[in-house]
Amino acid sequence: MKDKTAVVGVGSTPYWKRGGSLPENEMSMACTAILAALDDAGLTVKDLDGFAIYSSSCDPAQVASVLGVPEVRFAATLTSGGGGSAGCIGLASAAIVSGQAEVVVSLMTLQQVGRRLGRTQTTGGPPVVPASPYGSGGVPPTYAFGAFSGLISPGHSFSILTQRHMHLYGTTREHLCEIAINQRANAIKRPTSIRKDPLTKDEYFNAQMLSDPLCLFDYTMESDGAIAVITTTAERARNCKQTPAYVMASANGGMGRWGPAIFNYFQQPDEYFASSGHRPVAKRMYEMAGIGPDDVDVALIYDHFSPMVLMQLEDYGFCGIGEGGPFIADGNIRLGGKIPVNTHGGHLSEAYIIGMTHVREAVEQVRGTAINQVPDCEIALVTGGPASLPVSGTLLRR
Amino acid sequence: MSKPGVYPPIIDDPYADDVTQPFWDATQQGKLSCSKCRKCGTMLLPPQPRCYECQNDSFDWVELPGTGTVYSFTVVRHPLRPDLAEAVPYVSAVVELDGTQGAGARLLTNIVEVDVDKVRIGDKVKVRFDKISNALTVPRAVPAKPSPALSG
Repeated sequence: MKDKTAVVGVGSTPYWKRGGSLPENEMSMACTAILAALDDAGLTVKDLDGFAIYSSSCDPAQVASVLGVPEVRFAATLTSGGGGSAGCIGLASAAIVSGQAEVVVSLMTLQQVGRRLGRTQTTGGPPVVPASPYGSGGVPPTYAFGAFSGLISPGHSFSILTQRHMHLYGTTREHLCEIAINQRANAIKRPTSIRKDPLTKDEYFNAQMLSDPLCLFDYTMESDGAIAVITTTAERARNCKQTPAYVMASANGGMGRWGPAIFNYFQQPDEYFASSGHRPVAKRMYEMAGIGPDDVDVALIYDHFSPMVLMQLEDYGFCGIGEGGPFIADGNIRLGGKIPVNTHGGHLSEAYIIGMTHVREAVEQVRGTAINQVPDCEIALVTGGPASLPVSGTLLRR
Repeated sequence: MSKPGVYPPIIDDPYADDVTQPFWDATQQGKLSCSKCRKCGTMLLPPQPRCYECQNDSFDWVELPGTGTVYSFTVVRHPLRPDLAEAVPYVSAVVELDGTQGAGARLLTNIVEVDVDKVRIGDKVKVRFDKISNALTVPRAVPAKPSPALSG
């Protein structure tokens, strides 16, 4: 698969605070993003023949009919949630390399009007939606085992991993603060960013603690918006409007016993409990690309919670396991540092469109058109998750 | 109903099947039990239809001492539902249970009767059984050595 496909188009709606997208709806937002991405590439709906998505982020059946796609030749999703955001580019590439489709869209449409993503487990009663539409439904028999723990939101769960990391390695809130401040500094310069006020250390340490050891600024914000990207063959990419972002490698998955990990599971073995769950994915991704972390020029790291940036820096080999805190404290993730991280501001400060803002920034960095451009950027890493498996990592190159 | 530090019940039925019911039968008798693979001895909590080590599908139930160690935890300070306003701050924890191998049989629980600012990983806890309904008694954790100011 290496270098045989490229991302050629990126399109999006504006990014809004949660609920700010009205009177748009999911369909109108998806269409806007897809058409903008095709236009960016110099392609049209007549060229589009595949959907490679994640987390069932749209319904290709509906989108294809509304847009009038001539023929859909591939439609698939990576399972679970945001962990597939980087991996859906690999799914698109797999469809293209195997000859099943040629111009494939990946997208996320997020509109948190009637439902807030972060509150998915907080309804105050047992889950009413069955795990599969084909099961017999009902409350899972293991549900009651976690129902009295009080772990009811993703933030609570990531706090558990973070507390363990702090215990094992001496990671501190100072380290998390530096992640939040770095990303705010990057977001300030971007017109698309929702949070544009400078963030000071004082503000960080005076912010409300939501679930120890995480405070308000360690949590992602809640946003609305849609982003689409177009992947096609390397050959066709050379005739598109933009500089191709070649897909060097993409991997998704995780250790089987990472499983649902943070969603009322917490039975991961000791050796990777306080981790991002990305280690096996990182290994396969680097092997496919034939490069290592020292070759990466910019890292767009999924950041629903600040400590997961730190754990992914470890799991992707930018520093040793347990060394993420000091690595960050030394200024390595800043623009001009050893590995600039989340140059777009990320979920913490730009917008939270479930990982697709990171894919967009990776493409812009490789094209050389990013607002916080890393000089001579050749190779960008973009990740999806930590979450239930699959989590994912993708390498794009100029 | 809601007490500071205690995450309030949201169900009064264990929604059990044949695999999980013995656990709830035991809690009603004030006992903490665990599913143990008949082939390789791996302990599973919650019980599952298959052993993740050897894929075997037959298990025994064994009684655990009901003590353990805090593996990790969080202090939840922000109430995500109106009914949690009086419960916060409360401690949610992952506890490794004595008599098990650890991972695979960890207990997710609320640690109660504790100064939330003094909980640390490695603290010893013991299970207390709280009756929710005639069908459901749940294990919550308390410090193995009670804090004098907070016990009772």
